Amino acid sequence: MKRVLAAVVVAGLAAVAWPSAVGAQARDQLVLGMQLEPPHLDPTAGAAGAIREVTYANLFEGLTRLDRRGQVQPQLAERWTISPDGLSYRFSLRAGVRFHDGTPFDSASVKFTLERAMAPDSTNAQKQLFEPIASIETPDPLTVVITLKRPTASFLYNLAWGDAVMMAPGSVATNRERPIGTGPFRFDSRTPGDRVVLVKNPDHRDAATIALNRVVFRFISDPQAQVAALRAGDVDAFPNLGPAEAVDGFRRDARFTVAIGNTEGETILALNNSKAPFTDVRVRRAIAHAIDKGAVIDGAMSGTAKPIGSHFSPNHPAYVDLTSRYPYNPAEARRLLAEAGVRDLRVTLRLPPPAYARRSGEIIAAMLADVGITATIEAVEFPRWLETVFRNADFDMTIIAHTEPMDINIYGRPTYYFRYQNHARLQAIMDEVERTGDEAARNRLYGDAQRLLSEDAVNVFLFQLPKIGVWNARLEGLWENSPLQANDVTGVRWRN
Amino acid sequence: MTGAGRLSLLLARRIAMLVVTLVAASIALFLVLDILPGDPALVMLGTEARPDTLAALRREMGLDQPALVRYVTWIGGVAVGDFGISYTWRVPVASLIAERLAVTVPLAVMAIVLSTLIAVPVGVIAAAAHGRTLDWMIVSFAQVGVAVPNFWIGILLVLGFSIGLGWFPAGGFPGWQAGVGAGLSALILPSVALALPQAAILARVTRSAVLEVVGEDYIRTARAKGLTARQALWRHGLRNALIPVVTILGLQVPVLIAGAILIENVFALPGLGRLIFQALGQRDLIVLKDVALLLAGLVIIVNGLVDIAYTLIDPRLKDRLA
Repeated sequence: MKRVLAAVVVAGLAAVAWPSAVGAQARDQLVLGMQLEPPHLDPTAGAAGAIREVTYANLFEGLTRLDRRGQVQPQLAERWTISPDGLSYRFSLRAGVRFHDGTPFDSASVKFTLERAMAPDSTNAQKQLFEPIASIETPDPLTVVITLKRPTASFLYNLAWGDAVMMAPGSVATNRERPIGTGPFRFDSRTPGDRVVLVKNPDHRDAATIALNRVVFRFISDPQAQVAALRAGDVDAFPNLGPAEAVDGFRRDARFTVAIGNTEGETILALNNSKAPFTDVRVRRAIAHAIDKGAVIDGAMSGTAKPIGSHFSPNHPAYVDLTSRYPYNPAEARRLLAEAGVRDLRVTLRLPPPAYARRSGEIIAAMLADVGITATIEAVEFPRWLETVFRNADFDMTIIAHTEPMDINIYGRPTYYFRYQNHARLQAIMDEVERTGDEAARNRLYGDAQRLLSEDAVNVFLFQLPKIGVWNARLEGLWENSPLQANDVTGVRWRN
Repeated sequence: MTGAGRLSLLLARRIAMLVVTLVAASIALFLVLDILPGDPALVMLGTEARPDTLAALRREMGLDQPALVRYVTWIGGVAVGDFGISYTWRVPVASLIAERLAVTVPLAVMAIVLSTLIAVPVGVIAAAAHGRTLDWMIVSFAQVGVAVPNFWIGILLVLGFSIGLGWFPAGGFPGWQAGVGAGLSALILPSVALALPQAAILARVTRSAVLEVVGEDYIRTARAKGLTARQALWRHGLRNALIPVVTILGLQVPVLIAGAILIENVFALPGLGRLIFQALGQRDLIVLKDVALLLAGLVIIVNGLVDIAYTLIDPRLKDRLA
C-alpha cells in the first residue's frame, strides 16, 4: 500500500512538473523578463518606466518615435514640414490606421491626445513636453498643424516620448487596465504581480514583418530569481538585468548572448550646492578628486559601466569626454579641502534602494574617509528619497541615476534638488539650444553646457548606468542601448 | 451552563475583542502611515512632474482632504465591505487582495500542512529516541533548520530542482486559469522553502513537549495497563504534548506571512506578501492600510482559534476559559 501511494505521489509530481518543460519550444513567442512591474499600462498617466517598457512601440504609437540609436523617426506622422520661423509644424498622418478596438485614427485623435495632456487636470508625468504648444488645428482628417509659442528644436524629439503616444477618446478611461493603441501588438491579458501578455495585431501595417505572435512580459524583482529564471529557460530575455555580478557567468555560457549597452541614466554623487561647505567650488572639486570612478565601477557594477565627466550621455553625438578633468588624486583633494579651511567634515550620504546606489555608496564613503570626510550612510526607500532629497532638498549627498534622456536642462532650474548656483548661465545656453535649428551648432552649445558643469563640479559625475542585456543566443533584434525606456520587440525574431 | 453554551459565549467574547482590536489597529495604522514621509502622487508621477499635475492627481485620489475625513471615509467603506480603489493599480483593493490571496492562502496552507506533517512525527521519534544518536541527529538538523533563512533554502531549491533537474519552474505563477497542475507546480518549491524552517521549530517544540509528558504519572499508568512504551507515547503522550505545539503553530502564522513576503519575492509569486512590498514602495497607502488591517484581523482570529483548539485538546480548559 505504501509503495502504491509513493508511486502515485511521484506520478502526480511528474504530471504537475511537466508543463514547464513544454512551453520552451514555441518559436513565435517571446518571454521577456523585467525587474519592475508596471502599476498600470497607460504611459500618459504615470511616470513608471515599466509602463513604457511594455507599451512603447509595441502597443502604443506616437506621431514620431525614437529608434534603437535614439534618432527621431516618423511613426503615425508619415512626414512633416516646419515653417522657416520654427513655429509651425504641419504633420501628414498615415492613412488607414485604426486603434485596436476599430476606432479610426485621424487628426481629431491627435488634437484630443495633445489637449488632454496639456489640460489643467492632466496627470501626465511629462506635462512640460507639451508646454510650448500654442494651438492645434486639423484642416483635414490626415493633417495636423501645431503652432508653438516659441521655437523649440526638441519638439519632434519630445513627441517621440512614451508620454506623447496617441489615444482615442473612447478608451482613455480604461487604458490603465485595458490599453487600446495603434501598435503592432494588442493587449491580451494581465496577471497582476506576474505578467502582461501582448498578441500580434494582424491589422497593423507592418504585420507581415513582425515575427512574434505573442509576447509575455514577466516581472521578477529579486536579482537571484532573475538569474534563475534565465538559467531555467522560464524567461528568454532580460534586456535590463539587475545583478551586474551575474554577467560573467552568462558570458561563459554559450546558451546566452550578453549585450552591455548604455542607458540614458547619468549616475551622479549629488551634492547639496546650497549647503556649506558644498557652496565652495574648492570643496566640490576636492570631492571629485577624492573618488576613483574606475574602482567604483569595478566594485559596484562589475566593470560594466562607462565613466562620465559631466551630465551627458556618451550615446549622444554632442558628448564631450571630460572624464580626465578631475583625476583620482586624494592628495590634491586634501590640499583643496585645507585651502577651503574645511577640517573634520561630517556628512550624511542618503541612498535610495537601487543596487547601483547602495553599492557605490559603500565604496564612495570609504574613499571620502581617505581624504578626511566622514560620510554616514543612510539607506532610505524610494518614496522617502523623493520626499526628503528630491522635493525638500534636505540632504548633504546622495547617489542617483537621472534616467530621463537629454536632461542636462535640469541644471537650469534654480530649485532643482542639488541647487546649482550657476543655473542662470546654464539656462541661457539651453534657451540658445532651443532657438538653434542647426544641429552642429546645437551640439557645440551642448558641449559648452557640459564643460560649464564640469568646471563648476556641481556634482560628481560617476558613470552612465549600463543596460545589461542577457538573452537566449538564438534571439535577435533586441536593443543593445536604451535611448529611452522601452523594450521594442517589433524587430525581434528567433533564429533557427 | 451547557458545553455548547459556554463555547458560544467564548466565541461572542472573542468576536467582541476582535472588533475592538481591529478599530484600535485601524487608528494606529492610519496614524503611522499618515506620518510616513512620501507622497503617493510624487511617487507615481516621478521627478519631472509639475506642481499643478501633482495637485490634480492628489485631488483625483482624495489626498487633498483633511486626515479625519480620509480616516472616516476609509473605515466607513471598510465597514460596508468597500475597501477603496488602489492609488497605483486603479482597481478595487478588494479584488486586488482576493487575487493575491488565491496565491498566498494555498501557499500558506501547503506550508503549514507540510511543516506539521514533517515536524510532529520527527519530534515524537526524537523524543522516543531520547539521548541516542538518532535524537542527537534530529536535534542538530532542527538547529540548522531554525538558523537557516527560508529565502536561502528557496534559492537552493531553485538551483537543484529548477536549474539542475528542470522539474519545477524557477518562479512566477501562471495563474489558476492555467490549470490546477500548473498552479500547484509553481507553489511546491516555495511551500517547501517556507515549511522547512517552520518544521524545524515545531519539531523541537514537539520533542521537548513529549519529553516533558513521558515522565508523567498517566504514562506510567498506561504502561501498567499493558501498553508498550510506543503505544503509550502516541496515544496518551502526544495528545497532552499538543498544547504547546498548537500554541507555537498559532504564533507561527504571522511569522509565516512575514516569511511569505521574502519567499514570494524569491519566487516572483504574485501573493499578498509581494503586494505589501510593492504597495510600500509605491506609497499605495490605501492598499497598505487594507492589507495591514486584514493581517491584524487574521492574527487575532488565529489566536482565537488556538484558544478554541485548546479546549478541544484539553476539555478541562473549557471551564477555565468560559
